[in-house]
Amino acid sequence: MSTYNAIKYDFTPPAGTFGDMVLISEQTASASASISFTSGIDSTYRTYYFKFINMHPASLSRLIFQTSTNGGSSYGVIMTSTTFGAYHNEGNTEAVLQYLAGGDNAQTTAFQELTPIIATTNDACCSGELWLFNPSSTTYVKHFMSNINTENQTYSFQYFSAGYFNTTSAVNAVQFKMSSGNIDAGIIQMYGIA
Amino acid sequence: MSTYNAIRYNVDYANVGSLKLISTQTASGSASISFTTGLDSTYDEYWFILNNIHPSANNGGLGINFSTDGGSNWNVTKTTTSFVAEHSENNTIAQLRYDTNYDLAQSTADQEICQNIYTGNDESVSGIVKLYNPSSTTYVKHFISNTQSYFASARSWHNLVAGYCNTTSAINGVIFRFDTGNIDDGIIQLFGVKQ
Repeated sequence: MSTYNAIKYDFTPPAGTFGDMVLISEQTASASASISFTSGIDSTYRTYYFKFINMHPASLSRLIFQTSTNGGSSYGVIMTSTTFGAYHNEGNTEAVLQYLAGGDNAQTTAFQELTPIIATTNDACCSGELWLFNPSSTTYVKHFMSNINTENQTYSFQYFSAGYFNTTSAVNAVQFKMSSGNIDAGIIQMYGIA
Repeated sequence: MSTYNAIRYNVDYANVGSLKLISTQTASGSASISFTTGLDSTYDEYWFILNNIHPSANNGGLGINFSTDGGSNWNVTKTTTSFVAEHSENNTIAQLRYDTNYDLAQSTADQEICQNIYTGNDESVSGIVKLYNPSSTTYVKHFISNTQSYFASARSWHNLVAGYCNTTSAINGVIFRFDTGNIDDGIIQLFGVKQ
């Protein structure tokens, strides 16, 4: 007769019912200087997807990010990027789509802006996503794309950043932080896609 | 007391995962990459994830087209938009602009989802194309493309393309190919998205 353990270990999920987007790591900020992912970024997955949920700063600041090729010992990979955004204020007096030259990078090691200034009022935050393609490649530059919406002091501000880390070394760590002050609250999830 | 069958049927498979890998194709000097199976009514939404698509010839623009006859013909009528954010490594170009050179108006031509990839060893395009409800025989078929590329050896090029296949026939094939030369390297994966 089958025992419970035998059933447990003989279980084979039916094909096609389990997802191929796997949650690798979830980190919750609590007055954190930064959130870093220093493990789990390797050749296991070809595409990595980060989800930002209600990121709230301690002071007026932007969410920014960089990557590392040395496991997080340093964050400063040379990057060229673009930024553009659409914003609309609650008073309905401004509604704009434009390139945001202050947020892009041209062959610099600076952190990439992912959002405009985020308000610090209790209900203000940003949420969105970031894609990182094939970070373990030792042939190609590393492309990324983000799309995040922010409450920007009575504005709804959708911010698009994209670019490449101009290195053929494997990228194996990613760090997120605010441009000043701490990440007061928020969750960042990192998924791998088969 | 629960029986074995009761346990088996009490598992909620529907909530376990939302993304299902259907097919992976790797280019190697390939004239094109096409998906002619797996696009049907199983899923309402399909994702194509492109990783490091690299051309064999300079100035390659990667195009997409669709089929309603399983890949015998790639010529579905499309109307689309295309805009791009670009920034050069020397910081002389930084702009967001609509690109009238690469939109389509009731055309059967391939829709370019990026432009001017060069053959430098580290140059490529990556991104995602989402195709909605291709098996519908009621509605036109919408698609949205979001790609990031290394443009002409020295520029970051973020290209956003969207449009619809203006047909009520089911779409059952999708092809990717450069407008010049082959796909030298790269991987395209087809996923089904569970709603």
